[in-house]
Amino acid sequence: MNPTNIADPEYFHKVVDCQYACPAHTPVPEYIRLIAAGRYSDAYMINWESNVFPGILGRTCDRPCEPACRRGRVEEEPVAICRLKRVAADFKDDITARLPTIPKDKNGKKIALVGAGPASLTVARDLMPLGYSVDVYDEQEFGGGFMRSQIPSFRLPEEVLREEVNYILDMGLVTHFNTYVDSMNSLLEKDYDAIFVGSGAPRGRDLEVPGRQEAASQIHIGINWLESVAFGHIESIGEKVIVLGGGNTAMDCCRTSRRLGGKDVKVIVRSPFADMKASPWEKEDAIHEDIPIIDNHVPVDFVVENGKLVGMHFEKVRAQYNARGKRTLVPLDEPHVFVECDEVLVAIGQENAFPWIERDIGIEFDQWDMPKLNEQTFQSTLDNVFFGGDAAFGPENIITAVAHGHQAAISIDRFCRGKDVRDRPLPGTTLASTKMGVHEWNFDNAVTSDRRFKVPHADKEQTLTDRYLEVELGFDEELGYAEAERCLNCDVQTVFSESLCIECDACVDICPTRCITFTQPETEEQELRLKLTAPANNLTQDLYISDSLPTQRVMVKDEDVCLHCGLCAERCPTAAWDMQKFLYSVTKVSKL
Amino acid sequence: MSYFKPAFRHPAAPTNSLGYHEDDYEGSLSTLCAGCGHDSVSGAIVRACFELSLEPHRIAKISGIGCSSKTPTYFLGNSHGFNSVHGRMPSVATGANLANRDLTYIGVSGDGDTASIGMGQFAHLVRRNLNIVYIVENNGCYGLTKGQDSATSDVGSHSKKGDPNPFESIDLCAVALQLGADFVARSFSGDKEQLVPLIKAAISHPGFAFLDVVSPCVTFNNNQGSTKSYEFVREHMEATGTVDFVPMHQEITTRYEEGASQEVCLHDGSVIHLRKGNNEYNLRDRQAAMGAIEQHKAEGQILTGLLYMDPDSLDLHSVVDTSDRPLNSLTEEELCPSLQALDNINESLR
Ligand SMILES: Cc1cc2nc3c(=O)[nH]c(=O)nc-3n(C[C@H](O)[C@H](O)[C@H](O)COP(=O)(O)OP(=O)(O)OC[C@H]3O[C@@H](n4cnc5c(N)ncnc54)[C@H](O)[C@@H]3O)c2cc1C
Ligand SMILES: Cc1ncc(C[n+]2csc(CCOP(=O)(O)OP(=O)(O)O)c2C)c(N)n1
Ligand code: SF4
Ligand code: SF4
Ligand code: SF4
Ligand SMILES: [Mg+2]
Repeated sequence: MNPTNIADPEYFHKVVDCQYACPAHTPVPEYIRLIAAGRYSDAYMINWESNVFPGILGRTCDRPCEPACRRGRVEEEPVAICRLKRVAADFKDDITARLPTIPKDKNGKKIALVGAGPASLTVARDLMPLGYSVDVYDEQEFGGGFMRSQIPSFRLPEEVLREEVNYILDMGLVTHFNTYVDSMNSLLEKDYDAIFVGSGAPRGRDLEVPGRQEAASQIHIGINWLESVAFGHIESIGEKVIVLGGGNTAMDCCRTSRRLGGKDVKVIVRSPFADMKASPWEKEDAIHEDIPIIDNHVPVDFVVENGKLVGMHFEKVRAQYNARGKRTLVPLDEPHVFVECDEVLVAIGQENAFPWIERDIGIEFDQWDMPKLNEQTFQSTLDNVFFGGDAAFGPENIITAVAHGHQAAISIDRFCRGKDVRDRPLPGTTLASTKMGVHEWNFDNAVTSDRRFKVPHADKEQTLTDRYLEVELGFDEELGYAEAERCLNCDVQTVFSESLCIECDACVDICPTRCITFTQPETEEQELRLKLTAPANNLTQDLYISDSLPTQRVMVKDEDVCLHCGLCAERCPTAAWDMQKFLYSVTKVSKL
Repeated sequence: MSYFKPAFRHPAAPTNSLGYHEDDYEGSLSTLCAGCGHDSVSGAIVRACFELSLEPHRIAKISGIGCSSKTPTYFLGNSHGFNSVHGRMPSVATGANLANRDLTYIGVSGDGDTASIGMGQFAHLVRRNLNIVYIVENNGCYGLTKGQDSATSDVGSHSKKGDPNPFESIDLCAVALQLGADFVARSFSGDKEQLVPLIKAAISHPGFAFLDVVSPCVTFNNNQGSTKSYEFVREHMEATGTVDFVPMHQEITTRYEEGASQEVCLHDGSVIHLRKGNNEYNLRDRQAAMGAIEQHKAEGQILTGLLYMDPDSLDLHSVVDTSDRPLNSLTEEELCPSLQALDNINESLR
């Protein structure tokens, strides 16, 4: 096997598990260290540069970083990365002076954004500092997209949302709120240099079973209902509520119902509990609010008596998985179950819909009626029209919308400057030693044994009666510090120089997780893995392989459970191991 | 600078038959110089005890003074230990072993601690065949007192700051052989594949087992011109053969071709396999072993591996016919027999 090419930025990028898993590649350990140092504003700005909505995401992010976090492989639970982001947002000072300045002299290019959700706002954030004139259209009366219309206030308070949306609106966008764009063609006629479609996936899936029409007034599509609640059009619900579906929308529907008068609220879902799409912590929060989750129940019909919905029938099923893991729900031979209710919220999925885009203007759609896009540039088949967020490849989440927005902004800028949009800027990286003295590092390399700290919650009785009251209180500074200390600093890389190594074995002996092996080289990775000091069964994690040493052996380090504790480097007499901080930043069109 | 080791181990780290992990046999974080060979020897002892599934509380570590003699703090943190006086490990070990013959004794010493101030004690310990693993971590200098030449430093070898050594060196393996040791081996801290099986074999040997481990002092004696540097030892090391140690009750999984290995069976049922190398001679031939050591020395080579072994060794307890039970378990009654017993003895002498 060839030696690892550590000059390739992707190698060390992958070692920083959380950052690698984050769609926007937020430099997580860097901001966590700043939190530990009490430098909240600096931590906030690092986030803001990458993910635009730290305060919002610190409360609502789907957090793909956490299942990826190395700490979860070393002990039970990952670092509470998401809630630490909130710590930075909660304790920062006024940062408005650190926001980019917007040139008074415009560059003469005009951009239209359809939708004012996180994807569009990110495009605006990246283009405004370059002098673009940006118009944003949204049918809602405020900016924020689904972050405003869907995510309930008890998870995301209005002021947090407003603050971060306004950082962008205040850059001088021309807002056209309460304006539904009903024709792409007419928008194209308005002479914009480029159009970005960030219109989301706004259509909730309906459930067509008997009784649906007759009971229409007591059945609501989840996302429409949440929107009506958010904008104050709905303020109450019946006492007995069934929420159909197992995703995050269902969780928001049931918890909102509890706050609008629902006393007996149940979530009923077709799939087994473990297969539900909702994040584990959202399920936990729902259960905590006395909402039972009944799984393996498939809706059969709505039961209407005297023109009024009185309940629903369900068929009990069992999940069966084939060899490839594909699931089928097999009905049990049992009578249908009747569940009483006054109202039903249907939260069984969400779809894209582009009724306002004419199909004969050069924007091609595929067999699923989704726009055909270049996956890197987000350009459609009409070269001045770009898509991003949920509108691009179907419903995802805020952080994905942000990541799309950054990339689309690069494309739009290149397009407007007559450059090839497929030419993508390389990431910015730096790699610098953290050595301060003989065995001193400029990061806190001690590994704490603390287990994950719980975020304190507000009193349940209170939160259930006030739908604006945020449930999570967030970490205070002390807990935030303690949790931040759990981070293993995976961006501080163990860098090995074979020319300095005297093969004394000190690193092998000291390594607490036995990551390091000196052995004869092998041609196949599988062979090499078998020879390592500790089991190396996690094939998703790379082996760091050195060039040949004087004894013809090679150094092999399994990156899997390295604690980045620096002991190998401390015990190395020749500094053949060094702890070097690797910063990886996704290049944006405008620099902070 | 770290003062403690993270509490986490590899999540899939194996356990031995007692259910212990390898790190359960570790001690506190070493304060030796980074890269000191002694730390690797500690690592090899940890590995050997883990693999042999020894009960930590049934092991006693005894040492003298020196960087090498400090190392028992850094391994077997759950075992008994006695850090004695410079060169006096043998007498403390003798006392301990006589009082409790049931423990596994691991003596750790340095070339200064053994070949200079402790030479007299060492010689008598060998003669008496005390059941102990005696490891000399040999770096050719007094590391702890800043690198003065020791008695094992080769003629002409020089340390970082020193002049070439004018005196003849003591070869501790040759001395041990000459004094009748029944298990004599030499190894190198940088070669765990050889060192770990040797330590396991030494622990299983029923009498005095001597291991001279060349263990470079990175700080004072790892320079050009030293014959105890990592580089020099690697280039001049020759082995008597590759050692495999198969403990009792364990199936022999490696196949050995007829005539390609020597096999030594221990009384506890363990087997040592010595796969033939270029320097092979009959392991049970003391004179051949002494000859081979001398010959390699004359050629400027360091002969390593198992040099000599007699599995029929009779240790001190057998020779002086002590109680089968540890003395510390004898009751007052057993230790102070009645007047009648004394009378009987006196009577028998009349
Ligand atoms: C109930 C629910 C809860 C969620 N919770 C979370 C969460 O906790 N964390 C998370 O990360 N994600 C969550 N999501 C998903 C997240 O909200 C979306 O993935 C994200 O907002 C998508 O951003 P976007 O910019 O693509 O579009 P959106 O945020 O959907 O914004 C699109 C905007 O475009 C407007 N629009 C659409 N068509 C037109 C048109 N023709 N003319 C004018 N305006 C138009 C819409 O009104 C909307 O305001 C949740 C979604 C739902 C439904
Ligand atoms: C009675 C006595 N004399 C001298 C010393 C000083 N002294 C301490 S360690 C040492 C030599 C140690 O050399 P060695 O045993 O080779 O150990 P190393 O440090 O090289 O591992 C000496 C002479 C002492 N501690 N006690
Ligand atoms: S330990 Fe820290 S740096 Fe490593 S993956 Fe987890 S949060 Fe990221
Ligand atoms: S930093 Fe070095 S010693 Fe620490 S776990 Fe990683 S490889 Fe092992
Ligand atoms: S002085 Fe030499 S023997 Fe002592 S700890 Fe340092 S390297 Fe090891
Ligand atoms: Mg010494």
